[in-house]
Amino acid sequence: MCAHCGCSTPETDHAHPHSPSHPHHHPHRTVSLEQDILAKNDRLARQNRAFFDERRIAAVNLMSSPGAGKTTLLERTLAELGSPCAVVEGDQATDRDAERIRSTGAPVVQINTGTGCHLDAHMVMHAAEELDPAAGSLLVIENVGNLVCPALFALGEHLRVVVLSVTEGDDKPEKYPHMFRASDVLLVNKIDLLPYVPFDLECCIERAKRVQPKLEILAVSALRGDGMAAWYEILRSLSSQRS
Amino acid sequence: MVCERSDGARVERIVLEIGQLSLVLPDAVRFCFDLVARGTACEGAVLEIIETPGRGRCRQCKKELALGDLLEACPCGHVDVEVLAGQELRVKEMDVV
Repeated sequence: MCAHCGCSTPETDHAHPHSPSHPHHHPHRTVSLEQDILAKNDRLARQNRAFFDERRIAAVNLMSSPGAGKTTLLERTLAELGSPCAVVEGDQATDRDAERIRSTGAPVVQINTGTGCHLDAHMVMHAAEELDPAAGSLLVIENVGNLVCPALFALGEHLRVVVLSVTEGDDKPEKYPHMFRASDVLLVNKIDLLPYVPFDLECCIERAKRVQPKLEILAVSALRGDGMAAWYEILRSLSSQRS
Repeated sequence: MVCERSDGARVERIVLEIGQLSLVLPDAVRFCFDLVARGTACEGAVLEIIETPGRGRCRQCKKELALGDLLEACPCGHVDVEVLAGQELRVKEMDVV
């Protein structure tokens, strides 16, 4: 760096010293930005959080790979939880999941991300405005099925839940550490299939704890109902903290 | 972000900081950059990427350690390691003409 004026051109490359009688024009100027690339998303996520808090809404970001059972989990949860709940559905295409949720009677807004592989705070902001969830309700945001990118985008949620189904294999927490590290709760789903697949539940729990020691882990079958009571307790406890 | 701050001036160089524990691959960013920059103030700009190594502190023995990935345990045996560096995703600076 040039010691005379601080420009980034090496000193040997341009004539010095400058004198007042010799005006000196730099070919460029360096602008310091020091801005987080996700700053805009994080700012909108904070706005979402303020909107939720104002209405005493408990917001959950539900994430998993495609086909892990998020929507089935939600269908059973909406039928059995017994408290008001609104849903934002995220998928690349179709409103099939929103249709499934709508048939339970819960208010729902579908976001289609097109080519996008995750939801961001801006999409959720508009979906929440449209949904206009009742004060004190639970808002579940079902993210696009993807074990990678959603981990990076805060939505303003109070709880991050990752669903892992036993058909995916017990090594997923170590293969996709960012997602499991960014989560508060892990639901190991489809345990009704455990007799038919080589999935070691204890080993999976150990691996998940290695990635995120604070992770709360439940084994459930959203289809059959096993273990769901403990999941509802987590949601009730979250809602009571917000009210 | 860079185009907004360049006030219409041409951007010659952009410096990004991408932590080695972030979810972003510097090579993928380099690969896409020319495509994304086309038709903007950043077209033709040189992209420099500083890759910040991962560093953590064991929550048990409190010692600091280098982290190659998020699965790395402390030599004391504990896996509960707080990440201190390596998750950066920042635009540090740019040169405009």
